[in-house]
Amino acid sequence: MSEQMTAKVDVDLAQPSILSRRSPWRYLMLLAGLAVLVLLPYWIYPPVAMDILCWGLFAISVDLLLGFTGLLSFGHAAFWGGSAYCTGLIAITWGVPFPVAVIGGSVFAMLIAWPIGWLSVRRTGIYFAMVTLAFAQMIYFIANQLRDLTGGENGLQGIPRTFFGIDAVENDSFYFYYAGAALIVIGIAIAWRVVNSPFGRVLTAVRDNPARARALGYDVEVFKIKAFVISAGLAGLAGGVFAISHGFASLQELAWTTSGKVVLITVLGGIGTLWGGLVGAGVVVTLEDYLSSSGFEGIGLITGGIFVVIVLLFRHGIWGTARNALRRFVLDRRRQSRD
Amino acid sequence: MSEFIQYTLQGLAAGGFYALSALGLAVIFGVLGVVNFSHGACYMLGAVIAAVLLAELSLGFWVALVVVPVVMFGFGVLMERLLVQWLLALDPLYNFLLTFGLTLILVEAVKLRYGVSGLPYEIPAGLGGQVTVGSVNLSVYAIFACVFSVVVCIAVGLLMTRTRIGMIVRAATEDAGRTRALGINVGRWVTPVFGFGIALAGLAGVLAAPTRAITAEMGSNFIIILFAVVVIGGLGSILGAVVAGFLVGLVEAYGVAYAPAYAQIVIFVLMAAVILVRPSGLFGREEVA
Repeated sequence: MSEQMTAKVDVDLAQPSILSRRSPWRYLMLLAGLAVLVLLPYWIYPPVAMDILCWGLFAISVDLLLGFTGLLSFGHAAFWGGSAYCTGLIAITWGVPFPVAVIGGSVFAMLIAWPIGWLSVRRTGIYFAMVTLAFAQMIYFIANQLRDLTGGENGLQGIPRTFFGIDAVENDSFYFYYAGAALIVIGIAIAWRVVNSPFGRVLTAVRDNPARARALGYDVEVFKIKAFVISAGLAGLAGGVFAISHGFASLQELAWTTSGKVVLITVLGGIGTLWGGLVGAGVVVTLEDYLSSSGFEGIGLITGGIFVVIVLLFRHGIWGTARNALRRFVLDRRRQSRD
Repeated sequence: MSEFIQYTLQGLAAGGFYALSALGLAVIFGVLGVVNFSHGACYMLGAVIAAVLLAELSLGFWVALVVVPVVMFGFGVLMERLLVQWLLALDPLYNFLLTFGLTLILVEAVKLRYGVSGLPYEIPAGLGGQVTVGSVNLSVYAIFACVFSVVVCIAVGLLMTRTRIGMIVRAATEDAGRTRALGINVGRWVTPVFGFGIALAGLAGVLAAPTRAITAEMGSNFIIILFAVVVIGGLGSILGAVVAGFLVGLVEAYGVAYAPAYAQIVIFVLMAAVILVRPSGLFGREEVA
């Protein structure tokens, strides 16, 4: 295993000061990101823009595990889809404002994630991926059985978009985008905070050297379970907004192809980059939207092909490649100015 | 009682498909350290090729039983040479993702070419009908499938334990570095072993063709059950793959018979129980974390 999936930062490529925390460039980049977030529904069809943000946060939740804890979950559809159903049921039954329903769905995702995580962290690496995949499939079958609740093959339809009686948000997907985006941004902020906290540092230690982390007195399994549950909560947040945005939740949300798609987005964006998830989601969602609207039927050929190509040739992903190039550029320039 | 015997036979027949495929998965994992996600798709390809052979070349079941594994062996060799080998030195998760991408491509390609409805395939002449033992009616084909897969599993077991090739493969599974140090060219065996594992999946597909709907999606659920099988059996263990394959087949058959709503779920509950009690699987060795 010469190259770990979760590539450690090259010593040579360690943070140059231009990218350090207090650098004004960082704020500029953050501002640019916010500008894109605000302008997105002007450029593309608002529901598609909403999809990008949902899949982006979903990918970020996977990256929290894969890139920062070293666990590849191939069963995150369980939390995305589980929350989609729960959010829908809450919204239909009680008619509460949709953020409340989404938070309820997210909590539900965390509740089912706890036992799954508790069992799954007993295995690591490739086994973890297989075990989470199998448990997610179990949730899929359960949802299929609970027809009265989930609508079985038909899915859960007619999820209302209640929002404090504000007509614009409830009926216009353009304004709904901003209300939904607020929830997604909160999710991203939580992910960022987790990664950049003492807790996040321990997760990285668990990823890089579990034996040493254990020797230092950290209960490795407990940290993994906590990371798993937090990640599931974020996936649930994304899935809940997705369900509200579309007005329905279907079994497709729980299928293993959904788990695979979000892993694809994460790897395409760049493992261990956090922000890469949003970029990957932008590419995959707009591509799928373009292909399906142009009547192309073999979407699996394209997504599968992308998967094969990035895994073979492009393992740092879009964000990772760009970041490494920027670091190299900055370091080279500094070296030249020193000489 | 007669029903119980029928369910047991059905379970053993289905278990045979799982055991054969899981065997292929286990052999590939043992020697290459690769978990082949496309194993379900290869099982599907085996069945589809058998159906195409019958429809377009009117080559029957018995020919398919020989031709399909050979074709799939070639497919596996190509796959290993063109794609899988480049990632062998990296984290095994990369090959897991690569074969996942390949699965999407294969399933979509078959769907585009042959549609979503099932391809027709009939139980071969001579294996149709039922035999009556006492008061129990047993399907002849289920008995055949069950016996055939047991025979293949035993043959592979003998190949692994009684021949020089098997010895090399087992040694490479145990410790590739040390095997190399003893003068064995381990690299030479990687490609044929991969092809062999894929061929076993194809063979399981041919066996399943007469009794199951042949569609592009037939491997999609199969692969997940297969993962449960190897987690239960212990991924490194060849015996574990076979025993767990039949066990899962039986559990599934009894589930379908006595609690149809929960048939699929029971398998995963079994897997959860195994992880809880013996995280490394029934026949697996302890994993050092």
